[in-house]
Amino acid sequence: MSILYTKPKSLNDSPFTFCPGCTHGIIVQLVASVIDEMGIGGDTICVGCVGCGGYLPWFMATDTICSLHGRAPANATGIKRMQPDKVVFTYQGDGDLASIGTAEIIHAAHRGEKFTTIFVNNTTYGMTGGQMAPTTLPGQKTTTSPYGRDVELCGKPIRMCETLATIDGAKFLERVSVDSPGNVRKAKKAIRRAFECQLAGHGFSMVEILSSCPTNWGKTPLEALERIRTEMIPYYPLGNFKDF
Amino acid sequence: MARVLMKGNEAMAEAAIQAGCQAFFGYPITPQSEIPEYFARELPPRGGLFLQAESEMAAMNMVMGASAAGGRIMTSTSGPGYCLKLEALAAMALTRLPAVIVVVMRSGPAFGTMKAAQEDYRMTGNGGYKVVTFAPSDVQEAASMVYEAFDIADQYRNPVVVMADGMIGQMMGTVDFEKMPARRQNLPEKTWALRGSASRGGKNSALLFPVGPAHYAAKSEAETELYPALVRNETRVEVTDVEDADLVFAAYGTAARMCRAAAEELAGKMKIGFIRPKTLWPFPYEAFDRIGPKCRAIICPEINILGQMIDDVRIAAAGRWPVYHAGDTAGDFLTPENIIRKAEEVWEEQRV
Repeated sequence: MSILYTKPKSLNDSPFTFCPGCTHGIIVQLVASVIDEMGIGGDTICVGCVGCGGYLPWFMATDTICSLHGRAPANATGIKRMQPDKVVFTYQGDGDLASIGTAEIIHAAHRGEKFTTIFVNNTTYGMTGGQMAPTTLPGQKTTTSPYGRDVELCGKPIRMCETLATIDGAKFLERVSVDSPGNVRKAKKAIRRAFECQLAGHGFSMVEILSSCPTNWGKTPLEALERIRTEMIPYYPLGNFKDF
Repeated sequence: MARVLMKGNEAMAEAAIQAGCQAFFGYPITPQSEIPEYFARELPPRGGLFLQAESEMAAMNMVMGASAAGGRIMTSTSGPGYCLKLEALAAMALTRLPAVIVVVMRSGPAFGTMKAAQEDYRMTGNGGYKVVTFAPSDVQEAASMVYEAFDIADQYRNPVVVMADGMIGQMMGTVDFEKMPARRQNLPEKTWALRGSASRGGKNSALLFPVGPAHYAAKSEAETELYPALVRNETRVEVTDVEDADLVFAAYGTAARMCRAAAEELAGKMKIGFIRPKTLWPFPYEAFDRIGPKCRAIICPEINILGQMIDDVRIAAAGRWPVYHAGDTAGDFLTPENIIRKAEEVWEEQRV
């Protein structure tokens, strides 16, 4: 009998606490699998965020730390600068990275910090109950945009890969999705490539992953995956923006 | 190296490097900018890291990360920046991460004045934490306190703040780096430092904010072990002539220097006792029990409006003596003359 699948060693035995149908679980599993396959688990330091992604440190069997809201890139900068031979990654949601932590991510990229960021974009603040994020799509109803996001009032959603692509220190940037098996495989390749960018010492690397939030979108898990395809991908095109 | 003449800010930076500071993360703000400037110049050639952060918050969160990675780390700021750093300071205290934070106090908000002040005494972040807070009153002491702060931070796994004021940071003074406090022995090894689980034979280190039952355990440990130990071992105070004093001055930092000048002027008229907290937390409450029966009042000169440390002085006085504030930075800078005038007023009022 051969083993076709086993839980990555980089995860501990804590059960995931994500909502049913949320794709955070897939993303965490991909990151842990890549770390296992690259054989870097013993040298990896995971930096959590605030938001649903902030649970990650509780699931990791690697060294790990919780960061404050938006400040994961600053924590990661401090860690990586003290331990340049270790592998450091942040795991951040869109509220954390694209709103309260915009300065930190822009400047970490700008300094060419040699860590990797896993950026999970689900167009809402999941943990706090579905408020509007900078990434919320035009017209999207949230608890703080109850009539739909008004672009006259709040502007259009921010595209972080495209923004960071203007910065020299960012060396690997790719937007992927986990809405289908094919896209999950592509997402895993991009995550691996981002870690390779870090190991080669090129500079900042980030993978933006379009993710679902059935709970706060008010959709079934399948409807939520469909929304990624029909609403998110047209606004947030998948693809590579920088490949060292 | 014999005695040298240095600016307070530079002396604190040099003391940190001599104490083994490995990295400094900071942001420019008057009146502390000579500290990051000194580190930028001196630390890289001596094997350390200087990094200018994009903001006060980012600097403090870099300190948190670098401390989590096991380094001896420092940052410095002034009041407007200290506000922004407090969330991370609270996070570091709650995750038990050591570091040294120098606050060179000034008056008012970021668009306020650059005048030296003592306005950050009450400034504290969320989370109910406590950190040892030194208050130097000359350049030598500023250097010594920064030097010792690193060992205290590592010994207790708790950040240490050195709260100087703009005058101490900007003044030139003599400092002898051969007279630094003795280095503490047997500091605990940082087995928790994030160096990868391979460094611990596969066992991982998770620096998480304490939650659930662990939260209460951590808080209870702080209440029953860590903070009592800090109060017991690290409270510092200078007490002079309080046993037969007519009036007692209680002050720290630059205000304490002015008290000394005022006490000399007042010497023929009344006996002045002097209590100078060298740690603002733990506050030296017990020093006030040494005040003798002749004392009529305590005057607490501070470079701020209405007083901040005065609340702790009132607690220490416990109703035994009236306590008066002197100094009002909204009107003008505190001077020895202000203190003399206040002492004479109080003496007239209280001596009958």
